[in-house]
Amino acid sequence: MINWANFISQCFNGLVLGALLALISSGLTIIYGTLGVLNLAHGAMFMLGGYAGWLTYTYTGSFIAAVFAGSLFVMVVGVVMERVVIRYFYGRPHEDQLLVTFGLGIVFVETIRFFFGSLTKSVPPPAPLVGITPLGFMFYPTYRLALLGIVAAALLALYVVLYRTRIGMIVRAGIEDSVMVDSLGIDVYKVFMLVFGIGAMAAGFAGIVNAPVVSIAPDVGEGILVQTFVVVVIGGVGSFPGAVLGGLIAGEIISITSMFNPGYAYVMLFVAMTLVLVVRPYGLLGTAGRE
Amino acid sequence: MRDVMRKQGFFTIELLTALGLIAAPFVLPLVGFAPTTINRILIWGLFGIGFDILFGFTGLLSFGQSAFYGTGGMVAAYLLTEMNFPNVTVALFIGMIAAALVGYLVGLIALRRTGIYFAMITVAIAEVFFFVEFNPLSAYTGGENGLPGVPTPVINLGFTILHFDSDRSLYAFLAFWFFIGMVIALRIVRSPVGVILSAIRDNPLRASAVGHNIHGYKLTAFVIAAAYAGFAGGLLGVMQAFMPPDAFMFDTSGQLVMQTAIGGAGTLFGPLVGAAVWLYLSDFLQNALHLGATWKLVLGLVFVLLVCFLRRGLVGGIKDVYALVAARIGQKVAPAAVPLPLPAISPEEEKVTRLAVAKEPAPAPMPALRRRDDDYSGPIIQATGLTKRFGGLVANSDIDFSVARGERRGIIGPNGAGKTTFFKMLTCEMAPTSGRIVFRGRDITGMTVTDVCQLGLTKSYQVNQLFTRLTVRDNVTIAALAELRGQFRLDMFRSLRNMPGLAEQVARTLALVDLTGRADRPVASLAYGEKRRLEVGLALASAPSLLLLDEPLAGMSPAERIEMVKLLKSIGQGRTMIIIDHDMDSLFELVERVTVLQEGRVLVEGTPAEIKGNKAVQEAYLGGVRAA
Repeated sequence: MINWANFISQCFNGLVLGALLALISSGLTIIYGTLGVLNLAHGAMFMLGGYAGWLTYTYTGSFIAAVFAGSLFVMVVGVVMERVVIRYFYGRPHEDQLLVTFGLGIVFVETIRFFFGSLTKSVPPPAPLVGITPLGFMFYPTYRLALLGIVAAALLALYVVLYRTRIGMIVRAGIEDSVMVDSLGIDVYKVFMLVFGIGAMAAGFAGIVNAPVVSIAPDVGEGILVQTFVVVVIGGVGSFPGAVLGGLIAGEIISITSMFNPGYAYVMLFVAMTLVLVVRPYGLLGTAGRE
Repeated sequence: MRDVMRKQGFFTIELLTALGLIAAPFVLPLVGFAPTTINRILIWGLFGIGFDILFGFTGLLSFGQSAFYGTGGMVAAYLLTEMNFPNVTVALFIGMIAAALVGYLVGLIALRRTGIYFAMITVAIAEVFFFVEFNPLSAYTGGENGLPGVPTPVINLGFTILHFDSDRSLYAFLAFWFFIGMVIALRIVRSPVGVILSAIRDNPLRASAVGHNIHGYKLTAFVIAAAYAGFAGGLLGVMQAFMPPDAFMFDTSGQLVMQTAIGGAGTLFGPLVGAAVWLYLSDFLQNALHLGATWKLVLGLVFVLLVCFLRRGLVGGIKDVYALVAARIGQKVAPAAVPLPLPAISPEEEKVTRLAVAKEPAPAPMPALRRRDDDYSGPIIQATGLTKRFGGLVANSDIDFSVARGERRGIIGPNGAGKTTFFKMLTCEMAPTSGRIVFRGRDITGMTVTDVCQLGLTKSYQVNQLFTRLTVRDNVTIAALAELRGQFRLDMFRSLRNMPGLAEQVARTLALVDLTGRADRPVASLAYGEKRRLEVGLALASAPSLLLLDEPLAGMSPAERIEMVKLLKSIGQGRTMIIIDHDMDSLFELVERVTVLQEGRVLVEGTPAEIKGNKAVQEAYLGGVRAA
């Protein structure tokens, strides 16, 4: 007994969630691809973006200001984090990098909890986007529709930066071989810092634009981080198109399964991940040797 | 004699553990540990022993141990509460077995990948367990309420009945199991399996190339860790008289990882120490300083600082300080790497400067192992039509190649001729695009590098592939074990000292590559020439009947080259060798026949004299002579 209107609406939800996951995962994956560091604090970046935006919103009342402040703040956090801590871990084993980013994630989350408490905060959508929009065959919350557009635009911007600019070319070259980029006379550390900032910003931006849909709490990033991992495993580490594809797949799986029984959403996600691992161990669009 | 001393040394650890466990409930409360905190520390410590075998010894960082902790705990608690199962200890064991089984299944998936992929997959899987426990299985697990009413253990010894119902008596129960867990873990770590786990952590590629089935051993470590987690999870329910659902939470896995890193991974005691620090600080910050929820922030900062500045954790740090102090006093201390319990043959005087002229290779060459098909008389290896394409690039094209038994063959060719690719195909590190390889009359095309090494064909690498964090002796031991035990065997409780033939084979290999005097040095402290000889030693230790050497002379000084040529000559007796090198003079002196590769094809084959005079070869190397 499938309610088709409900089904289509869930597919839309999946698309929105998928686009969001795609954006967050591309941040994670370009950082990993370029720097070789898996940032376990990436979920915290998402959370920080939400809080910075929320704080800005409470003071200015402007959603646009909140989006800018949220993204920029997280970018700064990312750059500082790279410069002060991560840089000293490039030469250390992967496990140490995982440990230190994991620890930093906890520090971020607990710092926010210290200042703002554990209760959830919410940011209302900007006035023109409140309410629901009739789509002919169904009604859908206006902001979610807009969110789809906003996130798609952000992904497109990221694509343009990565594939159509000089700096993007350097970043992609760095994903293939950062030692080579270094020996070509490009200050690879500057690039690393920038990439870390951009990657973090992707998560931070997602954190604030998602705040009107899901209210924010200090540990909101934890679940997001896990979903991001699944996306990256499905799509293939270090691959931007893989992150987008994986994100959309994961988003739809979560939403459609939730329609029947939310308890199984993760189980299905996990089944999908396992299938990919069995059939294509390097991810759908991944390349061997990137780990 | 040293053997006996070491043996005593080992029981010392067990003895000290026992004494420490007996003293702890009397000493720790004096410095402010609450009795329940001490019990908790033991559970985390036991949980951590298994995790340390996985992370510290095998190098697999899992963020998903909560899945097994929760599974073991829930199974035991369900049996004891809902099923009215009478025996607590048996229930704990059933929980442990359940966790181990689940660990086996999860391991099959998670171990498809390594490194960060492994970490991400374990996180994701653990999250699934959390949701499954909460929702689909909530009828059995109590969902968010958990399972209350887990009984305390009662043990009937026949003459008396022991009730473990107070904090103090529960401590005895927990301490007993912790002790058993530690004794078992110490045995595992000192067994051949334990050494191979360290080898996998250091260099998985080489561990499989010397003939170990590393996937099997990784899975073993994963299951061991799951079993420890399951048992500890069961104890948690027993201790609290309640099995909490948050055992399944990501926080549980995270806390375990952090405690292990704080205490020191790879030490077995690290997780216990880490748990003590963690729980003490959390009690202290919350109760004495009234910091409330901020305790976690403080602990997070402590953790980050420790990871940054004390990478071997507290136990590792103490060991380092101890080593430093002991060295000051002038005692001879063990190097940082944990030495293996092998009987040492008397070490030679170490020579700081090595004079090539003065040295004569004394040791008798180690014969190739006699294998079943030794009466096979055809060519030892034969490749037909071997081709390798990388996309459009043809690295090797239609190579026919055959080497007679006992022959010493050289392969030369300009850079990019496809020599290393050719070797990689012969040793089955890389599958050919087409063609067939027959080794001692047996088609080995498509086999793994591990299988082939077990058959008696191995290679020394162009770029050193050593187990750098272990000692020279450990390195050779790892290679020798593959030959003595086959590619996979679960002799987890056997001491390395009781491996027949191991000590002799290791000593012989060390003598052969002239590293006896360096046996207990960590590999990282060796000179380049020594590392190069060890590289050959690793290949030799598995007593191969066909040995491939990829540029054994590369990067060596002239004196080191002379040494190496001498070494190669001595090991070449009774064994077939194929050698790639650019040093023509040395190579022509060593080998009987030479194959010249150019642009992925066999250009010519002949004796060194024929090759030297060959026009085509000269042209291949000097190029464009005709044009000049």
